[in-house]
Amino acid sequence: MTYSENWMSLTPTTPVGSAFDESALVAKAKAGDAQAFSDLVNHYERKIYRLAKHITQNDEDAEDVLQETFLKAYEHLENFQGNSKFYTWIVRIAVNESLMKLRKRKSDRTVPLDEPVDTGEEMVAREIAVWEDNPEQRYGRDEMQEILNSAVQSLKPDFRTVFILRDIEELSTEETAETLGISIPAVKSRLLRARLALREKLTRQFKRKGEDVFAYL
Amino acid sequence: MLTCKQFLQELNDYLDPNTDPDLKRKLQSHVTECPNCFVIVDTTQKTLQVYKGVEPQTIPDDVKSRLWKALERKIAAKKQAQS
Repeated sequence: MTYSENWMSLTPTTPVGSAFDESALVAKAKAGDAQAFSDLVNHYERKIYRLAKHITQNDEDAEDVLQETFLKAYEHLENFQGNSKFYTWIVRIAVNESLMKLRKRKSDRTVPLDEPVDTGEEMVAREIAVWEDNPEQRYGRDEMQEILNSAVQSLKPDFRTVFILRDIEELSTEETAETLGISIPAVKSRLLRARLALREKLTRQFKRKGEDVFAYL
Repeated sequence: MLTCKQFLQELNDYLDPNTDPDLKRKLQSHVTECPNCFVIVDTTQKTLQVYKGVEPQTIPDDVKSRLWKALERKIAAKKQAQS
């Protein structure tokens, strides 16, 4: 396990290659073991940062969310009951922090939140074309990342957040509904719209040139 | 026979491995008959695959440094309050 050299007073406790035991670390952290908490942060910081960047679409906000998430988690650790996974709990904190950032920006009117994009709301698929083979290999890692980020960014925040939680962070429908405080049918509906909208956008990017649907048949 | 619009409304169920087999068969029969929906299913699955394949990005060093410093201050403050 890698460790931040900026926290000189602490050293990794989980040897490289050993299993990550979330519940054991949480129990130790709740008992006051700061080292155990640091191991939890080490394990999840990248995922939380990715989540925050996806939802806020802003580097500065993502950094704030990253910090606030782990600071709040540490502060309220004794309130964590263990009914859900620790990861689900911190995702919930991170989502709430991210949505607060979005709301604040919306009220500041500094960043447009609702871009004029297609969101699949009409359930009409306009781009129907086969993709070129292995687009992941055709594009460089950074370029691919840019394409995927740009597509996610074009979704309305409501759809974007559901897609990120369900299809990237792999929360269940029930966990997503609970995290966002919306109904299960709302999660399903937003997820469908988000998936269809992203499919349209990526198809425009990845479609095989000069061929049509019958390339499959 | 489902219409394409009806099928699209059930697309998530079609992609969900836990969907009821009867519903799955009904949806499958549409996909088999409809080239457009076949392509939509295929490209939606590929969309999900490319997103799932994205590794969490590395946190910039300065961002990481500020996170750990903030945590260090928080932990020190808590310990001081307890002592």
